[in-house]
Amino acid sequence: MSRKARLVLFAVAAAGFGVVLVYGLAGLPAFGDYKGVYGNVINGLGVTVRHATDLVTALNFDIRAFDTLGEEFILFASVLGVVLILREMREEQQRPAQEESEEHTFSGASEALRALSLGVIPGLLVIGVYIVVHGQLTPGGGFQGGVILAAGPLAVFLAGRYLRMKIVAPHTLVEIGEAAGAAGYVLVGFGGLVFAGVFLKNFLPLGATGHLLSGGQLAVASVAVGLEVSGAFVIAFSEFLDQAIAVRGGPES
Amino acid sequence: MNFLPFAIAAWLFLIGLYGVVSSRNLIHAILSLTVVQSATYVVLLGIGYSKGGQAPIFADIAQTSKAVDPVVQVLVLTDIVIGATVTAMLLALAVQAHKRFGSLDPQDLRALQD
Repeated sequence: MSRKARLVLFAVAAAGFGVVLVYGLAGLPAFGDYKGVYGNVINGLGVTVRHATDLVTALNFDIRAFDTLGEEFILFASVLGVVLILREMREEQQRPAQEESEEHTFSGASEALRALSLGVIPGLLVIGVYIVVHGQLTPGGGFQGGVILAAGPLAVFLAGRYLRMKIVAPHTLVEIGEAAGAAGYVLVGFGGLVFAGVFLKNFLPLGATGHLLSGGQLAVASVAVGLEVSGAFVIAFSEFLDQAIAVRGGPES
Repeated sequence: MNFLPFAIAAWLFLIGLYGVVSSRNLIHAILSLTVVQSATYVVLLGIGYSKGGQAPIFADIAQTSKAVDPVVQVLVLTDIVIGATVTAMLLALAVQAHKRFGSLDPQDLRALQD
């Protein structure tokens, strides 16, 4: 189909779809005029029942924990998918490993970028760990903190140290960490099954509201998810970087 | 003004779809898809907002304060994670498409046509 025909077809379809979409959205309760029931119930009871002050995390890792299990394994599976799609093809070979001195540098990386990237790494790690472990108190949790932690090895790459990124975050170690995070979340679930009788039901002491070790399983699940998410993103980053830097060949190039 | 957030969501959805349809570059198409998806974040957060409500984080506000719906916020978090996974998979496919066809223009992906 030519580009023009495609755009004309889209214009007709989008006009029709847009009308239906706006009609449907107009049927929702007016903005600010909240009609749901669950939100108010959880806002009213969440802190008392779960001893967590961040109810988004309380929902994510306790009340809706089973959905998060699925979400976590979607991430796990998709990273497997990325590794599978970007695996070494028959016509490709690894470029011979370069000497450390002529290590491939991020093209265009200025000295300022390299120095700054190295400088932000400690900050990234501290903020990442902070966000992961304080999920039950303030905004954050395993998913958010995990992504920040994954930015650490990426900053090593930005600092022009591709090979060193492999040393900082060796593939096997990252994969083990990711798998341990995914398994850890399931173990929290089985802990609930064994000690509380229901899968993913909280079985840990709830602690004092507002303290670091409060919220029962929230902190444990959050750390497990943080490990899984940071591992997943580091694997995905390094797969893409391998494609750009280490893998040579393919029919066209 | 009450309809404004939902109108923005509809606009994001349609402009993102236009980006996908009119794209001349697979990376651009993938990023347009994330624009389509961000429409769902706006709808979800719009549904959960209640007038005068604060964020459902009771660390520094009274437990009885009026707050917005935390359920939709968790759904948005899930939504963002799914969006990231889909984007990662599509970018990996784009890398392989570039290897196979030497181009990122969807028009050049001959094997997908006919």
